[in-house]
Amino acid sequence: MEPVDLDFEEADLELPSEPMTLLMGPSHPAMHGTIRMILKLDGETVQDVDIQPGYLHRAFEKMSERGTWSQVFPYTDRLNYVSPLLNNVGYALAVEKLLGVEVPRKGQLFRVILGEMSRISDHLTCNGAMAMELGAFTPFLWYLKAREWIWEACEEQTGARLTHSFFRIGGAAFPPTEKIQSQIRSILPRLLEVVTEGESLLLKNRIFLDRTQGVGILTKEHALSMGVSGPVLRSCGIDYDVRKDKPYLTYGECDFDVPVGEDGDTFDRFMVRAEEIRQSCRIIEQSLDLMKKIAPGSPEDAVSIVDPRIVLPPKEKVYTTIEGTIAHFKLIMEGIDVPPGEVYGYTEAGNGELGFLLVSRGGGNPWRVRVRGPCFFSLQAAHDMIRGGMLADIIPTFGSINMIGGECDR
Amino acid sequence: MSKLILERLKAQFGADVLEVSSFRGDDVALVKPARWVDVARFVHDDPRCACTYFVDLSAVDLCDPRFQDLDMDDRFEVYVIAYSVEHKHRVRIKTRVSGDEPRLASVIPVWSGANWMEREVFDMYGVHFEGHPDQRRILTYDEFKGHPLRKDYPANRAQPLVEYREGTFNKLGPFLQDEGMPLNRSAAPDERN
Repeated sequence: MEPVDLDFEEADLELPSEPMTLLMGPSHPAMHGTIRMILKLDGETVQDVDIQPGYLHRAFEKMSERGTWSQVFPYTDRLNYVSPLLNNVGYALAVEKLLGVEVPRKGQLFRVILGEMSRISDHLTCNGAMAMELGAFTPFLWYLKAREWIWEACEEQTGARLTHSFFRIGGAAFPPTEKIQSQIRSILPRLLEVVTEGESLLLKNRIFLDRTQGVGILTKEHALSMGVSGPVLRSCGIDYDVRKDKPYLTYGECDFDVPVGEDGDTFDRFMVRAEEIRQSCRIIEQSLDLMKKIAPGSPEDAVSIVDPRIVLPPKEKVYTTIEGTIAHFKLIMEGIDVPPGEVYGYTEAGNGELGFLLVSRGGGNPWRVRVRGPCFFSLQAAHDMIRGGMLADIIPTFGSINMIGGECDR
Repeated sequence: MSKLILERLKAQFGADVLEVSSFRGDDVALVKPARWVDVARFVHDDPRCACTYFVDLSAVDLCDPRFQDLDMDDRFEVYVIAYSVEHKHRVRIKTRVSGDEPRLASVIPVWSGANWMEREVFDMYGVHFEGHPDQRRILTYDEFKGHPLRKDYPANRAQPLVEYREGTFNKLGPFLQDEGMPLNRSAAPDERN
């Protein structure tokens, strides 16, 4: 067949078009029901986008100012609700920084172990959901199966599956249960197997690769000035991880790597998260070993500090002694007397740097609790990942930044 | 460790840096609002500081409405936190603006990530950022009145977009005899009719 003679100018071929405005969300399954995007489309190309968060704003910061310091914990569970224990840890550490206390070694290791479990559940959810949004349903189901094991372990320890409210200022609500250590140890190999299995379905899949590689690119410089953190920042090639750069708890003693991407595209973000799951497993195993080495009965062998001004007395004392009753009453009714001051405590949560700016003016209530929710920053940077791309690429890009409504809108 | 930034700030800006502190290891500098952007730019550009990573920007309401005047000077404390990936140090720069028509210059030219944070401060505290390209509310809606994180805003005030309905709902239980299930689960099937 003879080729068609292309004698005319290409510009004549284009039909005159004016940009179309499309409202995407908040009731769109890929927008998690909490984000609205106003898209300016030229055909299928996104010319401009206005991202509007705020549909899940529940006044976290205002409510925190009304109660005592301890009453903020249930609210932090509902920030990033796929890794609530990490938020508990972040807030507890920030208040402890303001108080100037440190929990005993066993309590620190315990926080690391449960926190990393939460991180795994966070990454499994994100990677699984992202694959599902691209039509790969099986990895999602497998990852959720693995997440179920984590939640079962959390339920064994904390009594709750999702909103644990487990850690306290100055320690944890309970010491480790008898079963928990062996349960976690038995989960890890099975979990790694599931992660590898899920990847084996995706990483040789042409559709998945084509739809994620080279899509939603974020450059290094832009990521830095946008304040992006966590896996999204590391996928751009910057090895910033709070656990490494400013080790807190016992992270300094653990041997683990910080996976870093190259291109900053959706695929790299997927791979960074997948690798972080493996590194978290390494951290958990090492921490469990370190926990074994603690001599029973030593001061290190406790999850909470001993300070009646901060930690609630044990229940037996509350019910049998007058001192216990009064200490309990004072802590519950008046709250912990945090000295005046202002600190910024930050930890590495599932999505990146979770910061709490706490201002105290003395007395039992916080004056100001500011949460630096990492995905609020990632979502802001999503503007540049989406613009100029195709409409259909919004779905994997948006899925890969792991926008969690509770943490983003607070 | 990172006292270096505070020393450099003091050397560069002299009396415009009102106060420095390192409480619990956080390096904090309080500066005059007039030099807000200059200080930010210095921290970002100076090769010894090189704080190119934007961490956070928010505000604190320092006014206690029980004892203080709402229009007091220095009512809102706006702060920005920046980090240097290269030198691994971070600094918090603060400034204070008046409670009466609070205004401050925008730091978006320095860190583009300040865009949404300044919108949030405007939304929550009503601080206007001069030079901000898109000063809209972000977490609440355009029709919202007042600024919720101000200390004089009552926490239990509701501003529904759709008016609350008056009266009772006619479809709440107990249902009529022939519709729905009884609210009492223990009711035996034959008792329902």
